Amino acid sequence: MQESLSKRCTVASDVVCPFCGTLCDDIEVDVKDNKITDVRHACRIGTAKFFSVLEEGRPTKPLIRKNGVMVETTVDTAVKKAAEILKKSIRPLLYGWSSTSCEAHAHGIAIAEEVGGVIDGTTSVCHGPSVLAIQDVGCPSCTLAEVKNRADLVIYWGCNPMHAHPRHLSRYTIYPRGYFRERGHQDRELIVIDVRKTDTAKIANKFIKVDYGRDYELLGAIRAAVNGNEINAEVVGGVTKEEIQKLAEKLKNCQFGVIFFGMGLTMTSAKHRNIDNAICLTKDLNRHTKFSIMPMRGHYNVTGFGEVLTWQTGYPYAVDFSTGYPRYNPGETSANDVLQRGEADAALIVASDPVAHFPRKSVEYLAKMPLIYIGPHHTPTSLLADVFIPSTFVGIETGGTAYRMDTVPLYAKKVVDGPKGVLSDEEILERIYKEIVRGK
Amino acid sequence: MASLIIKNGTVYDPANNVNGEKMDIYIKDGKIVEKAARGAKKIDCNGKIIMPGGVEIHSHIAGGKVNSGRLLRPEDHKKLVMPKTKLTRSGSGFSTPSTFMTGYLYSKLGYTTAMTPAMPPLMARHTHEELNDIPMLDKGSYPLTDGNWFIMRYLKDGDIEKAAAYAAWLLRSTKGFALKITNPGGTEAWGWGKNCKSLDDPVPYFDITPREIIKGLAEVNEMLGLPHSIHLQANNLGRLGNYETTIDTIKVPSGTKNKDRQTLHLTHVQFHSYGGDSWKNFESEAETVAKAVNKTDNAIIDTGNVTLDNTTTMTADGPMEYYLQSLTHFKWMNRDVELETAPGITPFIYSPKMSTAAIQWAIGLELGLLIKDPWKVLMTTDHPNGGPFTRYPRIISWLMSRPARDEMLEKVNAAAGKRSSLASIDREYDFNDIATVTRAGQARSLGLSETKGHLGIGAHGDVAVYDIDPDNMDPSKDFKGIEKAFSAAAYTIKGGEVLVRDGEIVKVTYGNTYWTNPHVDKSLEKEVLSDIEYNFKRYYSVNLANYPVQDKYVKNPIELKIDAQKVGA
Repeated sequence: MQESLSKRCTVASDVVCPFCGTLCDDIEVDVKDNKITDVRHACRIGTAKFFSVLEEGRPTKPLIRKNGVMVETTVDTAVKKAAEILKKSIRPLLYGWSSTSCEAHAHGIAIAEEVGGVIDGTTSVCHGPSVLAIQDVGCPSCTLAEVKNRADLVIYWGCNPMHAHPRHLSRYTIYPRGYFRERGHQDRELIVIDVRKTDTAKIANKFIKVDYGRDYELLGAIRAAVNGNEINAEVVGGVTKEEIQKLAEKLKNCQFGVIFFGMGLTMTSAKHRNIDNAICLTKDLNRHTKFSIMPMRGHYNVTGFGEVLTWQTGYPYAVDFSTGYPRYNPGETSANDVLQRGEADAALIVASDPVAHFPRKSVEYLAKMPLIYIGPHHTPTSLLADVFIPSTFVGIETGGTAYRMDTVPLYAKKVVDGPKGVLSDEEILERIYKEIVRGK
Repeated sequence: MASLIIKNGTVYDPANNVNGEKMDIYIKDGKIVEKAARGAKKIDCNGKIIMPGGVEIHSHIAGGKVNSGRLLRPEDHKKLVMPKTKLTRSGSGFSTPSTFMTGYLYSKLGYTTAMTPAMPPLMARHTHEELNDIPMLDKGSYPLTDGNWFIMRYLKDGDIEKAAAYAAWLLRSTKGFALKITNPGGTEAWGWGKNCKSLDDPVPYFDITPREIIKGLAEVNEMLGLPHSIHLQANNLGRLGNYETTIDTIKVPSGTKNKDRQTLHLTHVQFHSYGGDSWKNFESEAETVAKAVNKTDNAIIDTGNVTLDNTTTMTADGPMEYYLQSLTHFKWMNRDVELETAPGITPFIYSPKMSTAAIQWAIGLELGLLIKDPWKVLMTTDHPNGGPFTRYPRIISWLMSRPARDEMLEKVNAAAGKRSSLASIDREYDFNDIATVTRAGQARSLGLSETKGHLGIGAHGDVAVYDIDPDNMDPSKDFKGIEKAFSAAAYTIKGGEVLVRDGEIVKVTYGNTYWTNPHVDKSLEKEVLSDIEYNFKRYYSVNLANYPVQDKYVKNPIELKIDAQKVGA
């Protein structure tokens, strides 16, 4: 940190923004008396995240449920209670992880292994289908400055970065000047394919409106055209044959193309088959030119959880340790399945909010079991918890490693101290782990 | 630190010219010493052989590419699993084992050091995070410099000193150990879906040839005085008729000399010794390549043996992986890294029934047997490219036994016998040769021979003991016994501590990570830094301040400081 000219505050520069998978690392944060006073370069969502540490009513004391009421307690007691719940449980579920550091992930995995639990990340309800497709056909991809320096054709399919990843276009894909794209956006073409004219689509050179749930068919038709086959229909997924053929020619004749895709592909009817087809299209295009594809990962470190879990166990999500070694079978060992089959008998939720986002049947089940929640906010999940240990914000109040959507790892540094007595996810999990193995 | 007396074993320590002598080894405070320490624990190794702890020079065990390989192949991970025990963490993976398991598996084979050879600098933090999670071994990694824009531009401009200053900065920023070059120039060309097809095929837009990159980096390497030489994966890996490129490549840095070691380490040469112009007449050119290696005095190789398994290929040579998947139509990962390199991954099944795979199997062994000096031909599988490192014991049995090879030649596609010279080779390795190609030679090539790869006074107390009685065992006949004994070390000792007994882990430790830190002239460094700063802002996707690997990412670092002040002075 350096003192600013006014000497009234310190400025932290090159700060990594812990909001989305774009993981901007050029943020400047002004701090005065350990309070964030200004945030520069971040988008509105990122800025809001930095200021959220100042949120009124932010929990700072661990809570524990006694006779149905949450009462304040010490960290030690809360940690002991959490360890006790996990030790007693036959099939605990450890879920979340996308908004915390890789250092915290490692402790979480150690706990899951120790108690023979199931550990799963938010990938499970997000880009899980992308993982399945990658395991089927692979994934030709690249880091984001490859796009910045080389791309002359950028496609966003089923995603709306203007809202979800606001600086994606300006930092990496459309607007920046690159080594081989000196005129920035004038040297590139932006195509958006989506079911409605989103704000990203509004600024695109071309918007292709696909009928809801017909992405798979459209991808197939484009592949047919790219591979020189006849399309046996006049209109596919709401797009005319001529338009598809024109698009195919455009894709084949660019110098460096890239497809970014989001939930619009992963979570609509054909799910992993959509992604499978999109990746195969990218593979096909590499016979003609250079083409890459990349999932628009949401939370800032959802990618990191997949990386740590993969190098420690061999699998990126939905890992079951009940046999002593890692087993992976999404659909069987993934969070919602373990819940909806009524198998889990306790849950540890870290850095996510499944009660707000899971199907009702899963939430009903979560409500019935002992639930431990670790996170910086009160959330619908914390309201159902039996043990709630508030934690600091990684990348603001605690340092830690995060992986960008293109798997580039960055160190997200600390810019202010957290509230007194509040520990980081990493420290809390380490203490729970130690409590579990104590005396073993 | 533990003290030990390793008694009555038959010692093979080629670096100290000890060839099968019965002698005792003493360890005190983690190092080999002259005399037994008081109260030292005794281990009786009567009827067993003793070698220095194994040293691995080239094995893809950590980093983004390896992890993509794991992600890509859940089916591989079901094939080999390790449940959690009181001592050890769990894991899975046959060709791409998870990190904890990787350490345990190496340790069971008697290895105490392993280097991972291909780290994209931008992803260095990831590589180190994984290395930190690999127990039992000393480690290190080689940053990739093959398609690096700074290096290509400095070399193109003939500014070798700036290239050296940049390389020094890169090693420091990535906490890397040596300079790795994979398909020089070809990885940048792959940014446009192209490749460099010969040593003189210029890189698009950069107007520099692979030959110039190799020659320049070899000079840079020696100017900086790095412990290891350049570590090169030649152009045209896996291509028909590529042996010509390989032989050409060996000659490229011949003007650069170093009195203690080679100035070129050419890696996994099995993949670079191919003749023929179609897969139908694909044949071994190992003899020609071996001749070239026998003749040169400044290049050594490692083999990259094929073990005839279902494995996962992974290299920073993106165009090659694309080519391979276009032959197999298997799933394919590509991970181009901005301004630096272009890794790729695809599974491969080396079926013994397939003529190509059988010939590849033969080529790896031919190289080992036809290169006369074992110090010049180190044993690797380019794990997991030719096969997983867990197959080393099997390769040892093939090298030590002609009957073992004959038995295989009977089983595999007949092309192996017809289109290679393997069937005509009588040579069989002895234990001294094995100790050379699996530890002593590797340590010397790495420039770590002061402390590693031998059992002389002052060396690390890293020792492998195998349950083989050399007086009563004929490796040529009992090749199955050889494979068994090398698969499960009787003892693996690291820093004087027994980590493995009878093939089982008895203690878990975390070793050191080696990295080199050459210091060049300050004013030159400053000049290069401002150049780096200018280009970072424009062309990288991360801020310069966030690029260098922070100290906290290296568990137990050993920094090798190198005074290279004369560069730029």
